[in-house]
Amino acid sequence: MSNINDIIKPENLVYKKADALSDNIMHYCPGCSHGTVHKLIAETLDELGIQDKTIGVSPVGCGVFAYNYINCDWQQAAHGRAPALATGTKRLMPDHYVFTYQGDGDLASIGTSEIMHAVNRGENITVIFINNGIYGMTGGQMAPTTLVGMETSSSPYGRDISIHGYPIKITEILAQLPGAAYVTRQSVHNATAVRKAKKAVKKAFEVQGKAIGTSIVEIVSTCSSGWKMTPTGANEWMTENMFPNYPLGDIVDKSKPKQEDLEQFPLK
Amino acid sequence: MTEEIIIAGFGGQGVLSMGKILAYSGVMQNQEVSWMPAYGPEMRGGTANVTVILSDEKVSSPILHEYDTAIVLNQQSMNKFEKAVKPGGILLFDPNGITTPPTRTDINIYKIEGTAEAANMGNPKTFNMIILGAYLKLKPIIKMENVEKGLQNSLPERHHKLIPLNLKAIDMGMEKVEKFSLQ
Amino acid sequence: MGELKLMKGNEVIAEAAIRCGCDGYFGYPITPQSEIMEYLALREPWKETGMVFLQAESEVAAINMIYGGASCGKRVMTTSSSPGMSLMMEGLSYIAGAELPCVIVNIVRGGPGLGTIQPSQADYNQATKGGGHGDYQSIVLAPATVQEMYDFVELSFDLAFKYRIPAIILSDGVIGQMMEKVTLGEFKPRWTAEQIEQMSGSWATTGMKGRKMNVTTSLRLQSEDLEKHNNNLQAKYRTIEKEEVRFDEYMTDDAEYILVAYGSSARICHKTVELAREKGLKVGLLRPITVWPYPTKRLQELAQKAKGMMAVEMSAGQMFIDLKLAVNGKTPVEYYGRMGGMVPSPSEVLGALEKQLIGGANNE
Ligand SMILES: Cc1ncc(C[n+]2csc(CCOP(=O)(O)OP(=O)(O)O)c2C)c(N)n1
Ligand SMILES: [Mg+2]
Repeated sequence: MSNINDIIKPENLVYKKADALSDNIMHYCPGCSHGTVHKLIAETLDELGIQDKTIGVSPVGCGVFAYNYINCDWQQAAHGRAPALATGTKRLMPDHYVFTYQGDGDLASIGTSEIMHAVNRGENITVIFINNGIYGMTGGQMAPTTLVGMETSSSPYGRDISIHGYPIKITEILAQLPGAAYVTRQSVHNATAVRKAKKAVKKAFEVQGKAIGTSIVEIVSTCSSGWKMTPTGANEWMTENMFPNYPLGDIVDKSKPKQEDLEQFPLK
Repeated sequence: MTEEIIIAGFGGQGVLSMGKILAYSGVMQNQEVSWMPAYGPEMRGGTANVTVILSDEKVSSPILHEYDTAIVLNQQSMNKFEKAVKPGGILLFDPNGITTPPTRTDINIYKIEGTAEAANMGNPKTFNMIILGAYLKLKPIIKMENVEKGLQNSLPERHHKLIPLNLKAIDMGMEKVEKFSLQ
Repeated sequence: MGELKLMKGNEVIAEAAIRCGCDGYFGYPITPQSEIMEYLALREPWKETGMVFLQAESEVAAINMIYGGASCGKRVMTTSSSPGMSLMMEGLSYIAGAELPCVIVNIVRGGPGLGTIQPSQADYNQATKGGGHGDYQSIVLAPATVQEMYDFVELSFDLAFKYRIPAIILSDGVIGQMMEKVTLGEFKPRWTAEQIEQMSGSWATTGMKGRKMNVTTSLRLQSEDLEKHNNNLQAKYRTIEKEEVRFDEYMTDDAEYILVAYGSSARICHKTVELAREKGLKVGLLRPITVWPYPTKRLQELAQKAKGMMAVEMSAGQMFIDLKLAVNGKTPVEYYGRMGGMVPSPSEVLGALEKQLIGGANNE
């Protein structure tokens, strides 16, 4: 039998926790997507070598404590206001990387105004948008992204469009704004998806480096606690119900702009 | 008569609903009651506790720092509430998961193997009723008929078929509770 | 007699609104008061009384939905907790300026900023001193029991309409999350369109059929107009200060030392008085029920014979200042409080009283 110490060598390394990811134990519930996305951001900061010139803005929502898990400078915003803090920061610190980390209640409900205008101005920031279709932190109330018919603690008989309107596709709306440079929707429910999401997060920061407008990565996520499901059940439910409403894939990509795009939406 | 109780354990052990049944039972015998939970995100999978006060007079402060009885269902709660029992008061605990048993000599300490007995009964959900039974044996402040009414009022209609099982669990707790002797 | 129930303070707020004929609720989830909205969603009052319920997209939106509903002479209510209340301050100022009635419940949590979800009384100044911009007041009621959570909803609507003023129920996570016995009152029908026209037709935007137009506004560009408007508001506030002061006393008759506390702090102090009396100390409690208008006159009377008074609150002495102004040097006044979601214990308060006042007096 070989000695364990013979195996622990740099050349045998298959996986290493990102340096930018802290050792703190995450407070997230089993099956939650937040932790996986944190990891992807931390890896991106490592790989692009930008940990020490990145400023994150954390939301109000389950992601509020993101600063406990990703080691970089952070600001903690009021509910929905992260894009405004990020705007102020990026305008004053244009050679830093600035990103917001926001939930769907934060971005698509109370903070619609801030996100719309930040993207409309084409702020050179990155927006990581965790859409779990619910208010996770406050105990599973309906979000504007909640699917039709979905039962939540504030829509106990299911979301009814005649009362609550339709699940908002905020990412598609933002994608229409000329200031959006890269807009994509991903998920992290299996290994393939995580790999794709990683690429997207990294690209979003790279796009920020090019200063061509706002980069937005929506991650369609699970909230097993809020949905009152098991983690695997939540993944299945998401695949069957969330993806048809929130289809995955790139929506806008001006990182390698086509001529006609440039004519319509010239780069800043 | 005023009885000031803290019930503390993990979220999911039925701590809050046990307190609720106790409070409802008090209402059924015309007592004044208050039920004050520790609330917040720490409850998810973390610790949960509730202060229940039953009294013949108006309840003044619903939040207390010392208690006539502490019902302790995990180690964190033992660390926090053993010292909060009034001298001469009662500490009731389930030894399951307790690594540092209580040591005070100026209070009356009892144990109830609630986790084990619930497993014996084939339904872990009876756990909190076994604990409640143990408590009522030590402090028979509520008539059984009122406990039954309390159950009826605090459980949703669809769970009423479980009331006989709950009453059986309460009996079990009454039978199995025993004095804890300090080593 | 009504129905006797064991309920949470938050749930009781919702049930009281339904039963007293509230027309509409608009709110946004925030701990520790989301149960109010969740209870209404589950209870579906629109099927029973026609009461409208809507989850708004933010507190900014919620308070402006209230502005709209109140403008129509409807009985509308919103509820929130501290961070959400801050967002509502803009709307509240407009509502006060337009002299509209509405009910707002603040289940206060620890601040500043996002703070904590644990109970606090640190929004006292915001509630009792206007809160937003401009010279204005809201009537502020501070319930100390779950029963008062129930009773004060209807009382708030009554006062709000009597004076065309926002009424705030200032509570906290203790009373909101606690269950106690409560007697629910009879259902009262919502006002009909005719009743609203009769009562509020002179100002409400109910459609100008058969009368001249009504405008609800806070805008008065001419300074002469705006000063006159402010003078009218101030006159109204003076009337309220005369007519609507409410308070409760416990063992003040022979008390040498008087604790002054409202809401959940008053519950704690009630126990402190019991503990003090067991020790033979003559301690009493004055509990402001309206924290605006403040029971200034009664406190002045008590100050004449008391050896000292102590404000006890879960904030950094916000009410203490009002107490000092009321007592105006007639007797020594002290403060004891906790902050950040910490709740003082009855014996802790007694210790502070003995140390800061009783001991001090005996040493003289
Ligand atoms: C002004 C204000 N209103 C309400 C709240 C309460 N609140 C905290 S988190 C949250 C919703 C978060 O939902 P989301 O953004 O979807 O994040 P998730 O927890 O689902 O990740 C709310 C309403 C608050 N903190 N501040
Ligand atoms: Mg969410």
